[in-house]
Amino acid sequence: MEFKDYYKIMGIARDATQDEVKRAYRQLARKYHPDVSKEVDAEAKFKELGEAYEVLKDPEKRVAYDKLGSNWNANQDFNPPPDWNSGFEFSGGGFAGGDSSNYSDFFESLFGQGFRSERGSHSTFHGQGEDKHAKLLIDLEDSFAGATRTITLLMPEVDAQGHVTTREHKLNVTIPRGVRAKQHIRLAGQGAPGLGQGKAGDLYLEIEFRPHARYRVEDRDVYLALPITPWEAALGAKVKVPTPSGIVELKIPANSATGDKLRLKGRGIPSGTAGDFFVELKIVLPPVDNYAGRDAYQGMAETFKSFNPRANWGV
Amino acid sequence: MANENTLQSANGEALTGVILDEQTGLTLTEICRACAVHAETIAELVEEGLLAPEGGEPDQWRFSSLHLRHAHVALRLQRDLGINFAGVALAIQLLDELEVLRRQHNAPEVDNDN
Repeated sequence: MEFKDYYKIMGIARDATQDEVKRAYRQLARKYHPDVSKEVDAEAKFKELGEAYEVLKDPEKRVAYDKLGSNWNANQDFNPPPDWNSGFEFSGGGFAGGDSSNYSDFFESLFGQGFRSERGSHSTFHGQGEDKHAKLLIDLEDSFAGATRTITLLMPEVDAQGHVTTREHKLNVTIPRGVRAKQHIRLAGQGAPGLGQGKAGDLYLEIEFRPHARYRVEDRDVYLALPITPWEAALGAKVKVPTPSGIVELKIPANSATGDKLRLKGRGIPSGTAGDFFVELKIVLPPVDNYAGRDAYQGMAETFKSFNPRANWGV
Repeated sequence: MANENTLQSANGEALTGVILDEQTGLTLTEICRACAVHAETIAELVEEGLLAPEGGEPDQWRFSSLHLRHAHVALRLQRDLGINFAGVALAIQLLDELEVLRRQHNAPEVDNDN
């Protein structure tokens, strides 16, 4: 097991005051909070931070942790001394950063048991099991065609002796056609089991789309940047365009320009009111790498001699 | 209802899932349980304008997916960053704007090299 240097994680000295601990936590939390941060490893960093804060903000836990001494280094192999917590009693207390099941083995070995039993108690609403939440990452195409995905969730479970273990909870979930990002699918009775006679809680799955190489999604509308040639833009054309619901033939009007948007009504996400599919035109110029090509552009220059796109700048 | 969908659990048992939207939204009791908070807290979020449920009176309120997500974010930010709900409302508004900007910024680019 790895020793965790909570002071190092929070970037504070071992003699930092409780105020300094709190200040450091707030600063780092604003930086790494998964709801506001786009740092790549924000979630892991925030978990680590939450664990460090859980210990250092609580004078009882902090004293106990300090008793381990500063001889330990991060990453060093660690086993708690057999008598390390004699004479201490932990009164628990709310955790700032999330679920206790996310704590490191190191934390568990030091504060695990007393802490655990404290945690379980907030889950009682007339004995009904807690509602659970999870994210479900799907492809955009899944929303167009509907799909079935198997998901595995880790569910904490309390056994007859009162110990908490985690159990794998496998579910085959039918992804309903037309579901959009950030919508929740509510599965009744698939949350935590009830206590005593209580019903099980519900499971909420929040939908998220995997980033798509081609399409961009905004609510129920889907966007595609469509490369077209200068002559297709100038003369108009029919081009084949991929959409999540299949290839369509799209008519490009004559004299189109880069940035023009064409709408295919009802070809967005097929939810209650179907979204639209938007094609954003982008003119792509053929590179000139031979005489024939150069002649063609020179011919254009002759033909459009009077065309100056910077005319209204007066230069 | 159109949003009812048949689900299959691992042992083959058929289950029903519901997409939360404006028509099938959560009641006050349900959103309280989903967020593990008391009704007063949700009422506070509504007062602050963070949540705008359908329905006039608390017992007619219906909360959609967006509301559930905002409630979660609000509660987490309040707990973890120590900001009040007015501050959270501002943060959520700015985060939503930031997300739109990021999405436009990261829009797929047409490959110009060939």
